[in-house]
Amino acid sequence: MNALLQGATWDDFTSWLPDLWSGFVLSIEVTIASLAVGLPLGLALALGVQTKAMLLRGICLAVVEIGRGAPALVLLQFIYFGLPSAGLPLTSFVSATIALGWSTGAYTSEIIRAGLDSVPGGHKEAVSALGLSRMDGLRYVILPQGLRVAVPALLGFSILVFQASSLCFTIALPELISRAYEIGTNTFFYFPALATAGLFYVAICMPASFLVSYVEHRAGAYAVR
Amino acid sequence: MLYQLGLILRGLPWTILITAVSLLIGCILGYPIMLGRNARSLPVRLVSIAFISLIRAVPPLVWLFIIFFGVGTGAFSMSPLTAALIGLGLIAATNMAEIYRGGLISIHHGQWEAAQALNLGGAHTFRDVIAPQMFRVALPSSATYAIGLMKDTAIASTIGVPELAYQGARLTQETFQGLKVFGMVGLIYILLSLPIAWLSRRADLYLRAKVAR
Repeated sequence: MNALLQGATWDDFTSWLPDLWSGFVLSIEVTIASLAVGLPLGLALALGVQTKAMLLRGICLAVVEIGRGAPALVLLQFIYFGLPSAGLPLTSFVSATIALGWSTGAYTSEIIRAGLDSVPGGHKEAVSALGLSRMDGLRYVILPQGLRVAVPALLGFSILVFQASSLCFTIALPELISRAYEIGTNTFFYFPALATAGLFYVAICMPASFLVSYVEHRAGAYAVR
Repeated sequence: MLYQLGLILRGLPWTILITAVSLLIGCILGYPIMLGRNARSLPVRLVSIAFISLIRAVPPLVWLFIIFFGVGTGAFSMSPLTAALIGLGLIAATNMAEIYRGGLISIHHGQWEAAQALNLGGAHTFRDVIAPQMFRVALPSSATYAIGLMKDTAIASTIGVPELAYQGARLTQETFQGLKVFGMVGLIYILLSLPIAWLSRRADLYLRAKVAR
């Protein structure tokens, strides 16, 4: 353990905390921004891949398949290093939001689609029998039921988005891991600094995943009925 | 274009190597972790749950950094490849343990009762009755996970393993054609997932046909 701590003292730890904290806040901000972009996109894509218009469906399918098929890291670098070469320079925060939002949208579209599919067919027939328009049917009948089924999986995915925000290290966004790595290069206390950053992730993700499995358990009882 | 594709493809063997080895580590190590997770003794179970949650709570990139920069500069140094294999292998092990467990849960209770009625011992029941069915049920989700793991290997580029994403990043720095280069890299990852999906479908059909009566 001494070999790992490399003689870092308690004062060292406390002196890093403000830096790590501001990185942590940025990680949270990226996560929230990505979810704010990704979840509506996921809903739109879920509806888009089921639409009858061939062209729109093709585009939505391509967006979903690329977003799910390519690693988030590659999407991130594709946006950050790629779009400037197409004449569209972006800050790292905006690139991170676009790339992680894209990835989130692609994955959550599958989750939301599964949720919408779980609504019994009779409800869709009832909607048309009642003469509701397609929009009203979605708004008042299908979405409220379908999205409720999708909630536990969406919460679980949100944890993964928070973890994926660590990838923003590669595009020079000063988030939690970039800060820890910087402390490491300045002081050579790599292990203590990185492990402390790891503890930030544990502090968020571990309780969150227990909460999600609790919600899953509760929702499971509801869905089985 | 073709020349650039050739440069990127130099990373392909590394991506395949990391994926294959860490998946192998995961498939093997996942088994004892799953056994610990389902152990009858509470302390063993708690330790296993804590281990699984800890590994999964920290992002893969952070694990690779802790192993490569943290342990690598402190306790004993290692190559980027070794660090990537240890990190991704451990992550794969905990995920495989959960996948095995999913397979285990899906096995009908009657199988245990039948084994008991036939007077098979605990270990015997597990090895000859439960485990074969468990692996078969776990196969499709393992294949899905293998594709996810293959995409996670892109993270190894951050500690300097010269795989696909690393070659892409290096080529981008030289040519400033990020759109084209990373477009190709992304496409290669998508294409790589196709044979894994195909193999898993074939294996699943084969195993299904074998037990169908």
